[in-house]
Amino acid sequence: MSELEKARIATVSLAGCFGCHMAILDIDERLIELMKLVEFDRSPLTDMKTFTRRCDIGIIEGGCCNEENVHVLRDFRRNCDVLIALGQCAIMGGLPAMRNAIMHSDAPLRECLEEAYITGDYIRNTTHQIPNDPALPLLLDEVYPCSDVVEIDYQIPGCAPSGDIIFNTLSSLLAGRFHGFARENIKFD
Amino acid sequence: MDRYSNPTPGADFGAAPASRSAVVAICAAYGNDPHRMLDILRDIQDSFRWISPETMEIVADETGLSRIQVEGVASFYSFLSQVPKGRITIRFCDDIIDRFAGLADIVAIFEDALGIKTGETSADGAFSLEYTPCIGLCDQAPAAMINDVVVTSLTADRARDIAAALKAGQMPQDIAVAGFDDLSPHERATRMVANNIRQAGEVLLGPVSPEAGLENAIALAPAAIIDAVEASGLRGCGGAGFTTGRKWRFAAADPVARRFVFCNADEGEPGTFKDRVLLTERPHLMVEGMTIAARAVGAREGLIYLRGEYVYLREHLEQVLADRRARGLLGKDILGVEGFDFDLRIQIGAGAYICGEEGALISSCEGLPGEPKTRPPFPVNRGYLGFPTVVNNVETFCHVARIMDRGADWFFDMGSDGSHGTKLFSVSGDCRSPGVYELPYGLSLQELLERVGGEDAGAVQVGGPSGTMVDRANFHRRLTFDDLATGGAIIVFSAQRNILEIVEYYMSFFVHESCGYCTPCRVGNVFLQKAIAKFRKGLANPEDIDYLRDLSATIIETSRCGLGMTSPNPILTTLENFPMVYSALVKPSRDRIRATFDVQAAIDDARKLAKRRSYIFDKDFTK
Repeated sequence: MSELEKARIATVSLAGCFGCHMAILDIDERLIELMKLVEFDRSPLTDMKTFTRRCDIGIIEGGCCNEENVHVLRDFRRNCDVLIALGQCAIMGGLPAMRNAIMHSDAPLRECLEEAYITGDYIRNTTHQIPNDPALPLLLDEVYPCSDVVEIDYQIPGCAPSGDIIFNTLSSLLAGRFHGFARENIKFD
Repeated sequence: MDRYSNPTPGADFGAAPASRSAVVAICAAYGNDPHRMLDILRDIQDSFRWISPETMEIVADETGLSRIQVEGVASFYSFLSQVPKGRITIRFCDDIIDRFAGLADIVAIFEDALGIKTGETSADGAFSLEYTPCIGLCDQAPAAMINDVVVTSLTADRARDIAAALKAGQMPQDIAVAGFDDLSPHERATRMVANNIRQAGEVLLGPVSPEAGLENAIALAPAAIIDAVEASGLRGCGGAGFTTGRKWRFAAADPVARRFVFCNADEGEPGTFKDRVLLTERPHLMVEGMTIAARAVGAREGLIYLRGEYVYLREHLEQVLADRRARGLLGKDILGVEGFDFDLRIQIGAGAYICGEEGALISSCEGLPGEPKTRPPFPVNRGYLGFPTVVNNVETFCHVARIMDRGADWFFDMGSDGSHGTKLFSVSGDCRSPGVYELPYGLSLQELLERVGGEDAGAVQVGGPSGTMVDRANFHRRLTFDDLATGGAIIVFSAQRNILEIVEYYMSFFVHESCGYCTPCRVGNVFLQKAIAKFRKGLANPEDIDYLRDLSATIIETSRCGLGMTSPNPILTTLENFPMVYSALVKPSRDRIRATFDVQAAIDDARKLAKRRSYIFDKDFTK
């Protein structure tokens, strides 16, 4: 198979913990098999920060908690044919979305930041300041799942998804025979 | 967000603190019975204008419950408040019909005159303004409740006069009806609210011979009464249409110590007001029907559950009951028949649509929050306090009395196959003659529209929000249980009305009225309402139509009572009958980026907190 026929994949971690990217590596030795079929473009795995050209598949870890996440996610939507939300944060907002529970407050975002940086019982912050460097992206009012911001084509569930489900889903998508998940992969208990 | 929510606790608005002895006396008046919690809390609300945390402690002590159980009830009902309300509370009927009839202008006049917004209480504690869902006066909208009375057909002039009179210290009842104190309870009711009987049929609204049905019934064995009611083909008139005779047969089946007959006068389905007219004009017939039911199933105790919005009819009904007791038609040895004892009381609701569901109604009577019960067991087997309970609609009991008078065959021969007898239709909206029509089952919607002066309707909501929105092409359909079923509501909309505005309103109604027990109903209806709002803003994608269908199916499948099983109907029936309304508003997004996500709104809090602009989304960032 020549280089040109390989599918191009881009990946990114937004408001996630990078665990889903670690899970991609759990594909283990099957990576060699997978790499015969694909080539990575923009991705933390290649350390490329921009798209070199249009990609077939974009894999998104994490939801959107700040403006940069939105910007990057939109960039992925414009540059990828198929977008996959990988893991619970990308699909539902996940753990970061716990801050959405601060809802009975006049200023939920301020309350969240103050607890995280100033008033929390386990905080040691000698500056007593909430970080506000101009280079820091502005936070969103809530943490949003990716599907609230752009259209998402596929979702791979898990926190983090297993190496098996990632490998099986990617290889069946590439072969054009993905027809959803078996029940045991998506049931709750 | 929620037009009906209580404001956050704050000042006491001049409300007198509830004295311990007064609260103890209220509890004692109900025998400190926790099953009478709704009555106790209603009385406290009326006396002190709110139910304070301290009061709840006292009520809990007196009734042997925990404070949290008391609070569970106090927080469930719209008419009970945990913040002080004004001495005069004005509740605007916020039904879609009232909105179309100019509610906003009326509200503005009151807000202006009283110096408060709706949802607020004036600082001196004189007035509160609130919205409330349909109060059963759609044929004379816009309407409002002022404390325990109602004012109807409000115009700008009338609204200004009422506001001025209230500010001058006039009592609400004197404003609602001139010479209130000198009138009988029936006169008060009929002068306050027009009956608007447009068509009197043969069974209910035409001439009836008093007590003829009851006299015939006592000559029969109880089982023969049930046979007759079953043979008449009578089905429940509240909306669900269960065969009345069968219901009674189940209730009478097992030997038990107590049985109950309950009349469901919690007419809450928006656009339904036919029971209001029966309660006003045929209360004796209704109680006669209940007495016959009691005879048939062997019940000695009964109850009329009157919706809180109809509290203006309470005196009238109390008088009817007192009169019947005095004439030996209620109480011990009715009509001289030894051992035929039956008496009943009135339970006033407190503003909860869900209490029209029979399980929730029973919960409410038991002093619990008005939440439906898991079925089975059905109320006919284990209902009020665990005993067999027959719950029937006002109209059903009236029919029963007439069937016992004129015979099962007479009733069976009217109407159409499977839907026998006559039906009261409460017609409102864009038609020339809104009001109540008694007609045999089986006429077509078109025929009804011709009678009410609504021939050029663009859409008709049959059966209220939980029913069907019918388009012109389906006006030939028939008003029967098996085709277009209705508890009575016929809401006519002209072709100029915005269908999705109506749908969004009805979804907001269900969001407000969901009791919250089943998550798919509590949360799903909110999602449905948001999705409709998205359509109205023109931000919906084609796949959002599938989303509406999927989510609706989930809510219907996974809710335990009729509210969740029907709440998606405004959407499902308009998707079915008005597909173009939806398809005209959807457009696929060009770049597959969601137009519904507003990044500017999402970063605005952070922009203000950080006191800086966005380097990505503010073009003037460098300035």
